[in-house]
Parts: sequence; C-alpha cells; structure tokens
Amino acid sequence: MSSVIPLTIISLSVIASIAAVILFFVARKFKVFEDPRIDEVQEILPAANCGGCGFAGCRNFAEALVKADSFEGLVCPVGGAKIMEEAAALLGKEAPVVDPLVAVLLCNGTPEFRPKTSNYTGVYDCRISHNLYAGESDCSYGCLEYADCVRACAFSALYMDPETRLPVVIDEKCVACGACVKACPRNIFELRKKAKKDRKIYVACSNCDKGGPARRACKVACIGCGKCVKVCQFDAITLENNLAYIDATKCTFCRKCAPECPTNSILEINFPPRKQKIEAEPAQTTEN
Amino acid sequence: MSNLLNVSPSPHVYGKETTRKLMLGVVLALIPALAASIYFFGWGAIIVTITAVLSCVLFEYLIQRFLLKKAITITDGSAVVTGLLLAFNLPSNFPVVLVVLGSLVAIGVAKMTFGGLGNNPFNPALVGRVFMLISFPVQMTSWPVPSGFGTGYADAVTGATPLAVIKAGIKGGEQVSALMDQVPSHMQLFYGYMGGSMGEIAAAALLIGFAYMLIRKIITWHIPVSVIGSFLIFTTILWHAAPEKNADPLFHLLTGGILLGAIYMATDYVTSPMNPKAMIIYGCGIGIITVVIRVFGAYPEGVSFAILIMNAFVPLMNTYIKPKRFGEEVKNG
Amino acid sequence: MLKTFPTGGVHPPENKITANAPIQSLPLPEQVIIPVSQHIGAPATAIVNKGDTVKAGQTIATSKGFVSSNIHSSVSGKVSKIDMVTDTTGYKQTAVFIDVSGDEWVDTIDRSEEIIQDVGLTPEEITRKCLDAGIVGLGGATFPSHVKLTVPSGKKCDVLIINGVECEPYLTADHRLMLERGEEVLTGATILMKALRVEKALIGIESNKPDALAHIAKLASGFKGITVHGLKVKYPQGAEKQLIKALIKREVPSGRLPLDVGTVVHNVGTAFAVYEAVQKNKPLFERVVTVTGRSLSSPGNFLVRTGTPVSKLIAAAGGMPEDTGKIVAGGPMMGKAINNTDVPVVKGMSGLLLIPLEESGRAGSEPCIRCARCVSVCPLGLEPYLLMTLAELGLYERAETEKITDCMECGSCSYTCPAARPLLDYIRLGKGIVIKMARERNLK
Repeated sequence: MSSVIPLTIISLSVIASIAAVILFFVARKFKVFEDPRIDEVQEILPAANCGGCGFAGCRNFAEALVKADSFEGLVCPVGGAKIMEEAAALLGKEAPVVDPLVAVLLCNGTPEFRPKTSNYTGVYDCRISHNLYAGESDCSYGCLEYADCVRACAFSALYMDPETRLPVVIDEKCVACGACVKACPRNIFELRKKAKKDRKIYVACSNCDKGGPARRACKVACIGCGKCVKVCQFDAITLENNLAYIDATKCTFCRKCAPECPTNSILEINFPPRKQKIEAEPAQTTEN
Repeated sequence: MSNLLNVSPSPHVYGKETTRKLMLGVVLALIPALAASIYFFGWGAIIVTITAVLSCVLFEYLIQRFLLKKAITITDGSAVVTGLLLAFNLPSNFPVVLVVLGSLVAIGVAKMTFGGLGNNPFNPALVGRVFMLISFPVQMTSWPVPSGFGTGYADAVTGATPLAVIKAGIKGGEQVSALMDQVPSHMQLFYGYMGGSMGEIAAAALLIGFAYMLIRKIITWHIPVSVIGSFLIFTTILWHAAPEKNADPLFHLLTGGILLGAIYMATDYVTSPMNPKAMIIYGCGIGIITVVIRVFGAYPEGVSFAILIMNAFVPLMNTYIKPKRFGEEVKNG
Repeated sequence: MLKTFPTGGVHPPENKITANAPIQSLPLPEQVIIPVSQHIGAPATAIVNKGDTVKAGQTIATSKGFVSSNIHSSVSGKVSKIDMVTDTTGYKQTAVFIDVSGDEWVDTIDRSEEIIQDVGLTPEEITRKCLDAGIVGLGGATFPSHVKLTVPSGKKCDVLIINGVECEPYLTADHRLMLERGEEVLTGATILMKALRVEKALIGIESNKPDALAHIAKLASGFKGITVHGLKVKYPQGAEKQLIKALIKREVPSGRLPLDVGTVVHNVGTAFAVYEAVQKNKPLFERVVTVTGRSLSSPGNFLVRTGTPVSKLIAAAGGMPEDTGKIVAGGPMMGKAINNTDVPVVKGMSGLLLIPLEESGRAGSEPCIRCARCVSVCPLGLEPYLLMTLAELGLYERAETEKITDCMECGSCSYTCPAARPLLDYIRLGKGIVIKMARERNLK
C-alpha cells in the first residue's frame, strides 16, 4: 500500500511534463500575430461594447483604429473627445474634433395632447405594434410607448415617465451611442449637438401629415405652417414634408421661434423663464 | 376607455388549453395510480404523497417569493405534478423528513436554479428520487409489503421488489424459472400486488391514466410507445437468447416502474424533445438504457437513470433533429 | 375518405352562424372612400380629380407596374376629395372620396340577370380583361389575378384548383356564393381554365358545407373537366400550399410558387369576379362580405360596394352591440383588427367579425412549457417556439436557416399555445426583418 502514493506522484508528474511539452509546441505552432497596440488601445476604450461606434465591440473598434490611416469617421461616442485624443496620442495620429451629442425624443404626444383612439392589447413591443397599425392614437409617426428604446439603452440613460408615457433621456448619462435611434421603429430619436447647460430648442414632433390631420391627432403636433422658418434669422429651421426641423449646429438659441409656434410644438429646455408676456408651453416631458 | 376598440395582431381566437388545465389533467391521470397505492400501502401512501406535494408547492413559493423575488406561479400546478411524481417514486414508509428533503432537491436544485418551469433540463421528480437513492440507499430500498391499511406507517413489514429478488437470485447462480416462484404472478403484478415505489406498482391503474391523457390529448403516443416498444423488443431478444438468465419481457414490463416512467416521467413536457422524430429516438433510448441497466448494471430497475441520461440529450436532439419541413424534399407525383 | 393535408393544422370552433343567411344587397351609402391600394403590389395612381363626376365601374386609378391592379369607382357621383384614410392596414393610405348620387353604371356593363356560359375569348383577351377589371384574389391575399394567369415561359400549368374551402371560422361569404351563384362560379372556373390552357379543374370544399358541396357537385356534371372534392375540416386548409397538397398531393417547394408544381389556385370569389368581368364586362367593385359575431342581432352576408364604410355594414347587421371589444376585418385567425368603423370595405375584405369585449383580450403570456403543441400544429413543419425565441433575441441568421420565411402566418401556433405565448407576433416580426436582410444581401 505504501508504494501507491509515490507511484501516483511519479506517474502524474510524467503525464504533466509530457502535456507541458505538447502544449508548448502547439502554442508555438498556432501562435497568431496581433498588433500589441490593439491591446493598448482597447485598454483606453470604455469597454462598454455598446456598438455606438458602428463596430461590434470595443475590441473591433480598437482594431479599426490601429489599422486606420486617419481617425476620420471613427468616433467612440461613449468616451468622447478625451478618449479619442488619448488613443490618437498612443497611435501617433490626430483625432478630429467631434461635438458631443445627446439623444432627443422628437415627440411630445402625452395622453393629454394626443387622445387615445384604440386599445392595443398585443405584446408590449414597439416594433410589433408599429408593424400592426398606426398606434393607440391617430398619430402614425409618434411614440408608441412600449419602451423598446429603454430596453436598448445600455447606460440606463432612458426611463419611461409614467405620467407622460413617453421615454425620458437623462442627459448626464446619455453617451449618444445611438442604440435608441436604431431601436425605435418610428425613428423619432435624434442625436443632437449638446449645448451649454444642456440647453435645447427643438421641434418635438415627427408627424409628416398635413396640418389638419396632424393637429386632430395631437394638439402639440407640428402642422408645417412655416412661421418658425420665417422668424429664424440664422437659416437654422427647415420645413420638409409638413414638418419643421431645427438644425442644432446652426441654432443660436435666440428663442425667437418657440413663441411663434401655434401648436407649441417647439420645446425649450433648461432655459431661464421668459420675462415677457409670451408664455411658452411649459415643457413637462423633459425636465432635465 | 370602454368604447375604444381593442387592437392586436392575429389570431383573434385562442384554444381553450392552458398550462394549468394540462397540469391538472396530469394530476387527474395520476389519481387511479394513487388510489391503487393507497389501497395497497394504506396510511404510508397518504402521508408520503401529501408531504411531497405540499413541500414541493411550498418550496416553489418560498424560492419565488424570497430568493428570486419574482411573480408567484405555484397556481400553474407544475409543482403539484412534481410532488405527486416524486411521491410515486418513493417507498410508502419513507421518512417524512427525507421526503421534504427530496422535494427541496427536486424543486430547489432541479427546477428553480435553472429558471423555473420550462427551463429545467432534467425531470425534477427524478432528480429528487435519484438524489435519495444515492444518499439514502437503505431507506430507499426497503419496500413495504402491500398490506393496505392493515399495518401502520412506521412498522410496515418490508421486503424486496420482484426485480431485486430476481437480480439477487441470478447473481447467486439460480435459474430464473426457479426464482419466478418467489415473486408474485403476472396477474398480481398487473393489479399491483408487489413491493415497490408507491406509483409504480399498479400497471392497470397507470394504463387507465395513460388512456385518459391520450384522449385528452395531454400527451402524444410517441414517447410511451417507443419506450415500451424498444423495451419489449430488447427484453424479448435477451429472453430468447438466455431464458435461464433473463426474466420474460412481460415480467420486466410490469415491474420496476417502466410503465410509470414511460407514461408520466419520460413524457414530461419540459424535459422531452419537441418533435415526433426526436421523441421516438428519445423513447427508444430510454427503453434500451433501462434494459442495459437492469440486466448488466448494478441497479435492479434503472428507469430513472435512463430517463435522466436521455434528458441530457434533449437539447442536442432539438438542435439537430428537425421536423420535416413542408416543401423540403421535392417528391411530386 | 375525405382529403386533407398531412402535417399540422388545428380545428377552431367553426361558428358559421351566417351559413343560412342569403346574400343581401346593401343599400348605397352617402359617401364611399376608395383606397388606391387594395391589392398586393404597387398602389394604383389616381386619375380623377376633385369635382369630377364618375359612374359605377369607371376606372379611377390605374395600375402601376405588372404586380398592381386597377381601381374602379363603385358608385356614381362626384369626387369630393382625394385624401388619406386609415384602411385595414392600420395606416393612412391615399383614397378617393366620392359623394354618391343615383346609381348610374358605365354603359358597357351588362346588368341583365342572364347567365352566359359560352366563352368566346382567347386566353390573352381573358387575362387582359382581368387586368382591366382590377380582379385580385378575393380569398384575402388580394394578389392581382392577371399575374397568376400569365404563365411564364418555361413553366407548365396542367391543373387549376378552385378554392372553396373557407377554413376560417365564422366566414360564410364563399359558402353563400357557391350556393347562390354556383353556375357563375363554375363558368368563371371554365374561363380561368381557358386562360391557363388547362383541361382539368378541381374544386375543393370542406365537408362542413354539405349543401354547397352537393350543389356544386351537381352543377359541375354539366361542365367539362371540373370535378368537386370534399375535404376534411381542418384549418388552414384554404392556404394555397396546403390545398394543393390535399387535392393533388403535390408539395410546393419552400420559397416557390404553385406554378412550380404545375398548378394555380383561385378562390371561388375570384372565379365569380372573373365571370362578371369577362362575360358581363363588370369590373370588380362589389363583393360579398360576411358580417358576423355572436352578439350581433342579425348577422348576415351582404353584397357591398367597395369603399363603403364598415359602420354601414354593422348597421345593416343590426347595429353595433354594446359589448363589442374588437372588430376584425377578415376571419378570426388571419384577419386584421381595425381601430375605427370608418374603415372602408376593400376588395380583400371577406368578413367583418365583431368580437365581444370579454373575448377580445389576450391571456397573459406564461413561460414556455415546451409541450411541443406548436410544432405539431404547424402546417409547414416549422418550430414556432424556436423561431419566436430567435426573433425575440434578434438571432436572425439562425432564424433564416430555421426557415422563418416559410411561415405563412396562419396563427395555428398562437391559437394552440397553452401558455398563451405571442408566438406568431414575434415570428412575423422576425420574418419581416429576415426578408429585409435577404433583400439587402441580394442587392449587394
């Protein structure tokens, strides 16, 4: 019996060393060369794997950065300018200046403004409801309220407001990865340029119908009247398909357009209250 | 609100079957077997069954309420079925504490850890039984002799199952024909007069439940028929090859819970394959493995091991064995 | 032995409560709303303007492209506007609004009751007439009929199948049409046979319509080449591929058309419309619609002009019951729920079903218990439980290899699921995405 233990130790040691030798040769034979800089760049990246850059994950983006001749069109929305500069410094390249963006919901169709005309009893999923019909209200462009965007957000920057039944973007948490833009079947999220103090002026509507039907469906719909276009001195507002759009890169936040809007579909967020008589519709949806 | 029309994708009508009704159907189908075991084993059967069912339901509730903090789904009846089947797999004099422990293993380990109903790869009741068989072999193999309400729960006279008698006898070098005199006759076996697990004894009662489940369309014929079919074929071959060493196929069929396994355990929805082709392969696997364990293995029965082994192959079968797609092979006449 | 298809299928309660209600003509409404897209394929282009006067049967929108169809005015009157209207698709579509005055028909239409059986036209002329008359498949799919009558070179068609199955519960429009207009339907079938240059036609009728089966069988003895076959009651027997399998035992390969196995399927309603178009010069602007529901006071079958708001149909059937929870355009298995009663009747609307509130909801979805019922009822041999999971998780490549695109959305899986899982909802979603992916791949 006493010989069992040494015998075991010896035989196991022999097996282990044979296996080690085999592994050594196998590892050498199948070694794959990888640019060590890929690992270094990956270290810098946020490791969120959100896909906001357009690549499958941070590793793929790091590979793309190492391979690329210039950083043109390669942006990590999560890390922003700081991380891109770090990566550029590491690789000896130059990072283009990119404006930070934030997701904005182009709809303000709360139950108060947008009367319900039917009762959806299907699955709680925007895509399925969108494929089925116009939605619970008569607006076939607006938010469906089944939170596909909230489920898509990897940064907890979205939540459904139980009062307004619309998703709310938390600006501080939003990294503009664009997941909500992709998830929304109605395409009513936009990535807009971030401004000081998170100020925003935008047309909170996506309805392309003519004025009459649009307004019947929702009290705060853009009816395409063009008043805002006329009042804007900076060519920042365009009107297309009965829908006004404010270009955030041109807007100077002069706040002239919002009071003009007959349906209060232009929202001003995070501005000090107006002193004069004109009363802008209090923006209930997006407080932050 | 009330005058708004409801809108949803098609279809707009639904069948009447629900999970709960199906589970209730299985419970109903088990009642004849339960009645038989109460008839043969008396109070023991009642105590073990009630303990198993209650503790299964209770454990499911506790785990959902305090560990998972999810919606409580004990009303779907799946825990009741698990409890009943677990009880059916235990001897009628099994200690109550151990029954509770078995229920904990069945529900807690085999079912809830995988995510509850629909996600468990192995049949919970069988995991519970096998756990007991390995951990408490003495208690699990002391089978009370059928005596109805004549004896109490604790002081039941115990004996071996017919299969164990045969197995031990063959090992001891005896002829099967001689051993047959020591066990009940085939007719007695059919009605359930033998030692054994509570649910496995009364073949007649099990078959009544089988007919009910087929008529109610709770299960399809594929799994039970392929299990029993392959089992019979294999035992017949062995019997013909060496009649002095092997019991006859009918004896095998009526003992050792093959009917209980084929009808109620192998057909468990969650742990059986999803299409007829795979179901038949699965059933044949169970039949053959059972015979292999019985004849060549250490255990006299083997149905529970066979089912658990085949359970492990179910995901693989679901991935690689597909139903025949419409329009797949072009074979036009 | 009644014929049927071999795999899958369900048998929902038939509820054919209007089977004995004769077809009634619905009085003309004050206004009709005629969408320019009432078929599969490109929407037609409106050729009338606001203020124009039109007659019943006049073309008001012309087809755009090969897979498209003409749209005709169903009434005489004045075009009041061309605007958007929510139709059965649930979205707003362009439609022509016509204020009705009188009932003047285009002169070329033969309005006599006489049945003309002789077909003097060549196949090309028949196809042309179907195109001009805007004939589409009236079984529900609304596929333009002239496309199905055009056999591409290299393909051969040897038998025509006429679909009188009507496997959807509740609906009886085709049933009544066969009983009351049997001769016209059979003449229509003869015309279709001629257009396709085939010698043989089979009519399939489910055995739950014994009167129609007997009636058509009796009449068919007077028509050359037409035979009538009783079928076992099973849903979805009226699906093209299932009916072909049941009647002539040929299996249409996955992703292919009936023509690939030498046959073409037309609905009895379509056969009737073809008869009217070819023999009577009457374009497709009215159809039989079953208005049904357990709470309706007088459900029935109505001959109705296209563009009539469904509220008129409901009024004719005794008015909207208090307990209505859902209105479905079509049958309960594949029909579309509509969200208001101003939706106009379109060519593809075979029925209007009012479901009481308590039956209109859906049970909450429970975890899948893997009972395999969905697999066993799928008429196409698919695995709905798997396809749903793949679609839900976004694994579209795998879903494609599991043949998600074969799904015809019959709803048997959702119908039968004991855990009330929204199987078809997710499969339909995944199917749409997979088809889109495949199309993009082909473009590259």
